[in-house]
Amino acid sequence: MYDVAVIGAGIIGAFIVRELSRYDLNIVLIEKDTDIANGTTKANSAIIHAGYDAKPGTLKAKLNLKGNPMFDKVCQELDVPLKRIGSLVIATNEEEMESVKELYKRGIENGIPDIKILDGEEVREKEENISEEVIGALYAPTAAIVSPWELAVALAENAADNGAKIRLESKVTDIEKIEDGYRLSLGSEAIDTKYVINCAGVYAAEINEMVSSKDFEIYPRRGQYNILDKSAGNIIKHVIFQAPTKLGKGTLVTPTVHGNLLVGPDAEDIDDKEDTATTSDRIHMIRQVSKKITTKIPFYTTITSFSGLRARPSTEDFIIEEASQAKGFINVAGIESPGLSAAPAIAEYTIDILKEIIGNLEEKQDFNPTRRPVIRFMELDDEKKSELIKKDSRYGRIICRCENITEGEIVDAINRHGGARTVDAVKRRARPGMGRCQGGFCGPRVMEILARELGKDIKEIVKDSSDSYILTGETKQNQA
Amino acid sequence: MKAKEMICIVCPLGCHIKVLKNDGVYNVTENKCLRGKEYGIKELTNPIRVLTTTVKIKDALLNRLPVKTKEAIPKHKVIKCMEVINSIEIKSPISVGEVIVENILGTGVDVVASRSM
Amino acid sequence: MLAYDIVVIGGGPAGLAAAIEAKKNGVDSILVIERDRELGGILQQCIHNGFGLHIFKEELTGPEYAEKFIVELQKLGIEYKLDTMVLNIREDRLVNAINTEDGFMIIKARAIVLAMGCRERTRGAINISGTRPAGVFTAGTAQRFVNMEGYMVGKKVVILGSGDIGLIMARRMTLEGAKVLAVAELMPFSGGLTRNIVQCLDDYDIPLLLSHTVIEIKGKDRVEGVVIAKVDENKRPIKGTEKYYECDTLLLSVGLIPENEISENVGIKMDPITSGPVVNEAMETSIEGIFACGNVVHVHDLVDFVTEESRRAGKNAAKYIKNQIQSEGSITETKPGKGISYIVPQKVRPENIDKTLDLFMRVDNVYHNMNMVISIDGKEIKRMKKRHLAPGEMEAVKIKKEDLMDSKHAEITISLVEEGA
Repeated sequence: MYDVAVIGAGIIGAFIVRELSRYDLNIVLIEKDTDIANGTTKANSAIIHAGYDAKPGTLKAKLNLKGNPMFDKVCQELDVPLKRIGSLVIATNEEEMESVKELYKRGIENGIPDIKILDGEEVREKEENISEEVIGALYAPTAAIVSPWELAVALAENAADNGAKIRLESKVTDIEKIEDGYRLSLGSEAIDTKYVINCAGVYAAEINEMVSSKDFEIYPRRGQYNILDKSAGNIIKHVIFQAPTKLGKGTLVTPTVHGNLLVGPDAEDIDDKEDTATTSDRIHMIRQVSKKITTKIPFYTTITSFSGLRARPSTEDFIIEEASQAKGFINVAGIESPGLSAAPAIAEYTIDILKEIIGNLEEKQDFNPTRRPVIRFMELDDEKKSELIKKDSRYGRIICRCENITEGEIVDAINRHGGARTVDAVKRRARPGMGRCQGGFCGPRVMEILARELGKDIKEIVKDSSDSYILTGETKQNQA
Repeated sequence: MKAKEMICIVCPLGCHIKVLKNDGVYNVTENKCLRGKEYGIKELTNPIRVLTTTVKIKDALLNRLPVKTKEAIPKHKVIKCMEVINSIEIKSPISVGEVIVENILGTGVDVVASRSM
Repeated sequence: MLAYDIVVIGGGPAGLAAAIEAKKNGVDSILVIERDRELGGILQQCIHNGFGLHIFKEELTGPEYAEKFIVELQKLGIEYKLDTMVLNIREDRLVNAINTEDGFMIIKARAIVLAMGCRERTRGAINISGTRPAGVFTAGTAQRFVNMEGYMVGKKVVILGSGDIGLIMARRMTLEGAKVLAVAELMPFSGGLTRNIVQCLDDYDIPLLLSHTVIEIKGKDRVEGVVIAKVDENKRPIKGTEKYYECDTLLLSVGLIPENEISENVGIKMDPITSGPVVNEAMETSIEGIFACGNVVHVHDLVDFVTEESRRAGKNAAKYIKNQIQSEGSITETKPGKGISYIVPQKVRPENIDKTLDLFMRVDNVYHNMNMVISIDGKEIKRMKKRHLAPGEMEAVKIKKEDLMDSKHAEITISLVEEGA
């Protein structure tokens, strides 16, 4: 029997399971998809907000403020790229300047450090390509960018290194209360656990209702994005938001931690919790709206568009509490923006609740907070490249030509704890296929390597979900 | 009889030509040159195609070896030829030009390897 | 440190021809670097015929065409390294490359020939809406799977784009037992050769939908269908013309882009129209001693032209090594006029031409019965009748050295005028 089962391997579940792995507990992370970070975590703005936006007094405000500065340590421990590039909320007229000032006031009330209001000239000094219309901005130097899926993968891996189990492709279909805990049905199998932490994202309400009454609802709110080639990554240097107006929050433009440019999102309430399609009218709209920030975005260098679903709670604040009718079952739900920014603090907050339930937890003596560093071949100097290939010749073979990713890096991404099982999972970890050709050249090679490392037939290799088969068979089937 | 319309592929011009059979005589119109006339009659009476495809190969760098019919074969035999080619498997090494299937389906045309492997 | 007179980056048709020609012109120290596991490049997956009509006066398949050059390269004893990737080059012609056997290499070259070829445009680049399931492939990726690896990528297929690879793959998938429902083409004309439309589509009753495009992809895990709509003259989908095609695969043949990461990183001047380096009559880029040829310079329609152009690059690289390049004198620029979208080379040093200057270009639309007019400094020197011109087909023009030498030239203009004008 497990002590704690965490349902959902998004950024929240991953942070929680890694925090739990500090203690002497038998824990399992359960995920319905083929990979960690496969839902909202892989499709969002990837921003660590400074924290001026949330309504003072809310959990969102409190945990964003606390979470933001926690990223430096965890990203360093787990070798995940983080860049503190700061954010600007720009205003193009007096009305917008008023809302920028409102945000400033709110930021002061929330206790956000070092924020200040800049005039148009000061903004232009920071951002040479910013629109001529900009008359001022709120500057928050503590805002940062990160790769949320790489962080979630690293957290889960580190938890597994410290003894946690990871179960992918395990959808919780039913939960039964048993004598000293819960029995989770995972399709044809079942596991028993004393405590449950529900981090199921847009499905958190469904999971909660397996053990409790309808305490809350989660509505999916879709946001669409464009991601541009690295050649466009230097146009903007900060995370840039538009001042909120009566018409909405506008879109943002930001560099990504890997040097691409991200534009989006819109906000659209939808019914289907699986509908991550993009639509041409919405993509057109975010491109139009982004012009308020800068007109210099070369959209012809767009690599791809994507959309993600925010988990919007009926309560309008994060829901982090024990379920009303299920002892030892903690909901961590409705983690919409600033959920990523608050995530490390959410994990601590959740574990404090668990401690209250269980009593004190025993810390492990041998907990290792660091992860074996990830080798990023192209970031090494010539001498290190040379040494590495001598040690392991697989680093001498480039698989992805766009980003110069080596076979060694791909094999490593597959063979770690919680490693990649699918083409997209390899892409999220080691980046082959993230570049301009979008996997045209390297896709077949990545499939070959996956098949070899996992001991599978290449025809069994999937793109992402377990039914997303790539090859439909062999040629030469019509025979005389 | 209705005239058969087709696009001439003799040169990049791509004339949309019409071929009509009248009392056993073929009449080609809309063609801009003599080669177009020849092409039109041939396409109507005995269209031929070079078939290029692959064959299973063992112990080689790749799973498939590219092959072709050395000459063009009657168009209506293409699918049947595919079936024959699909059912064989050869072993490396093979040299370019080597005969893989002799006189395929009695066409008088050999299927040959189009690379060494 | 390794040192060669000429390092050729890329062992496809361009690199092979350049290396062979350099050797024939008296340079012995040559290294060809190929990133794939064998020489020949994309030709190895182009198993259809139609290659070589200009160069060999016979119809060859892609692998046959490649093998002729590979055999010649080996006979000439030219060195090559396979499974080797050039990471970057420097302006002083140091090449950094890696492979599993030699490890990290620094190679000193006196001249470099860039012959990296091109890559395919993707779904992202053309921004098709909808979901992101498995089953969306570029035509070239599908071609590699089917022809070389022996795997099928789908059973019911829609193809977007009527470039030659798209047309060829329509036939190839059909022959291997798949059902190709349609080929949709955004433009009112096909980008492929007529011969391919006849022999790859008409032969198998595959409809070609001109002025149509895929506006949406459906399916969560694997493609379940696509929505195709007719487009207006501004290429915008027309409401009410949407039609759903149930299929498990979408192949994209929506254009090729020269692959110039290495060229751009070293600071070579690029032409925004071709997306390749600006080159002169010697196929030399803006950096002295760095040459370029083939699809890395501009996307060619026929490999024969790649060979021709690359031989020129190889020959001039050899001349450069032997200090035989005539680089004194004026520089003439080539300027695309009305109806022409680009001309390669962009710069010409008349002194360095042997007998004739070869210019390659593409037109910007389909034209019939036009005159192609070549002018030097505004003075017409040549006029050619063209009964048929299409953007899918490259045009070549030769200008005599005498015509270029007799005065001080600033520019060569080529434009289309209607017959009789």
